[in-house]
Amino acid sequence: MSMFNLKKDSISYRAQVSGISPEHKDYLHRVRMGKIFVRVIQLLIFCTALLLWEICANAKIVDPFITSQPSRVLKTMARLYVDGVLFQHIGITCLEAIVGFVLGTVLGTLIAIMLWWSEFLCKVLEPYLVVLNSLPKIALGPVFIVWIGAGPAAIIVMTLAISLIVTVLEVLNGFLTIDQEKIKLVQTFGGTKFQVLTKVLLPASYPTFINALKINVGLSWVGVIVGEFLVSKAGLGYLIVYGGQVFKLDLVMTSVIILGVAATVMYQGVVYLEKMLVKNKT
Amino acid sequence: MKPVVEVHNVGMKYQSLNGEITALENINFSVRDGEFVSIVGPSGCGKSTLLSIISGLIFSTSGTVFLSGEKVMGTSPKIGYMLQKDHLFNWRTIYQNVMLGLEIRKNVTPSTKEYAIKLLKTYGLYEFKDKYPNQLSGGMRQRVALIRTLVTDPQILLLDEAFSALDYQTRLVVNDDIYDIIKKENKTALLVTHDISESISMADRVVLLSKRPGTVKNIYEVNLNCANRTPLSSRETQEFRHYFQEIWKGLDVHV
Ligand SMILES: Nc1ncnc2c1ncn2[C@@H]1O[C@H](COP(=O)(O)OP(=O)(O)OP(=O)(O)O)[C@@H](O)[C@H]1O
Ligand SMILES: [Mg+2]
Repeated sequence: MSMFNLKKDSISYRAQVSGISPEHKDYLHRVRMGKIFVRVIQLLIFCTALLLWEICANAKIVDPFITSQPSRVLKTMARLYVDGVLFQHIGITCLEAIVGFVLGTVLGTLIAIMLWWSEFLCKVLEPYLVVLNSLPKIALGPVFIVWIGAGPAAIIVMTLAISLIVTVLEVLNGFLTIDQEKIKLVQTFGGTKFQVLTKVLLPASYPTFINALKINVGLSWVGVIVGEFLVSKAGLGYLIVYGGQVFKLDLVMTSVIILGVAATVMYQGVVYLEKMLVKNKT
Repeated sequence: MKPVVEVHNVGMKYQSLNGEITALENINFSVRDGEFVSIVGPSGCGKSTLLSIISGLIFSTSGTVFLSGEKVMGTSPKIGYMLQKDHLFNWRTIYQNVMLGLEIRKNVTPSTKEYAIKLLKTYGLYEFKDKYPNQLSGGMRQRVALIRTLVTDPQILLLDEAFSALDYQTRLVVNDDIYDIIKKENKTALLVTHDISESISMADRVVLLSKRPGTVKNIYEVNLNCANRTPLSSRETQEFRHYFQEIWKGLDVHV
């Protein structure tokens, strides 16, 4: 939300660039300075943390064998790269996350549409949804492995299990909060149920979809890493578990850092998508 | 000639777990071609229910409604329905909003598109056609909503408190505006309102409903001594106050 407001501000001050009063110029200057200040502090914290980490490890204040250190992380990354497996691990994990994410969102939306379509079905399935929603899906991990076999398919199903029900409930709830009068409007033109869906429900649910996407981005990473913890022979989750087992904390730290970056990139992708959609709507 | 709308012994009972609500009972009246009829009545007396029944959105539990002699069995292209709020979709441009009814009726043709453009031009909204609803004022939005109804070329307009979301000044202007449009396009109109002045200022006849269960308590013929009648000029006539008092007495409001 705050990003959105900042954006609006910048549009309005760009519009007034010609002929601005000194007070306004002063204000703009202060706003810009404030932003730069925040960025500088952010960068400072980041560098200080890395530096402290490195120094403490070098000075043996902390044991680098347990905490690792930035230079070792870089070395590990380089070694993985030289061995030609760095992008293989990243690629596999990202692929699983994206497939799980897309499937979860699409299937969740379809199921939500079905439940909206048939009030009867919705009522019948309600207790099952409640139970499934409450159940920690991770408990199903072993079941999936036995059923599907240890491999990427089981990981994707794990991801799906985590994000699906949340999506269904989120989207269905979005549908149910849409103004009944808007639906009535479509009906006054003789609109069918399908037209209510396409003309009102789906377009009015843009914000809901974006919200569901944002939630699912996070959840699908949880699903993938849990899945990889349980079964995999490749991927970042696998590297983390493997590194932990053989006490190679460098490998664990490296993987966690890469994971953080990958998850952030994907989340920002959704934020970017949202901006595009919002821009087209106003 | 047959009346355009004929409401015959209509009654409506809503069922719920808490019991039965009789919203309407034995309603009878008819509307002639080109006539403007207002319906007033206390809150909750079933005015919206009545319009929904006439439009074919819901079915009465007794009695029948005829449109030009034909029994109402469902929604009809003869009817245009305007709701209290404009309900413009903010993800559609003004033009796309206006086209909604035509899209739903699968009647988007070069000639209907042209008609939409013509209506937008006539009523001063053409230059806003690619804007989004949140860029328009309340009065303009209500006009867009009317055009959205008019492009489907209904013969009868049902207006359910179509102006009550507007502030008073805007409302007076929009009353005039929309009255003018309805007369120019030669439509028959049925307006539900809480506002006695509004009901008299626009109508040829005012139907007064009793409190729930709603029945027709009285029907007033509005004859105003006024050359070029508009809602605003109607309010200035001698007879206006007389009608107001009559209907006010008829409404029998206790506070
Ligand atoms: N779908 C429904 N189910 C049950 N009762 C209903 C339903 N719709 C309306 N009612 C009841 O029927 C009565 C008439 O409702 P209606 O909305 O037609 O009144 P109204 O005259 O339009 O009221 P208002 O002036 O507040 O708009 C009310 O008491 C209302 O509670
Ligand atoms: Mg009502």
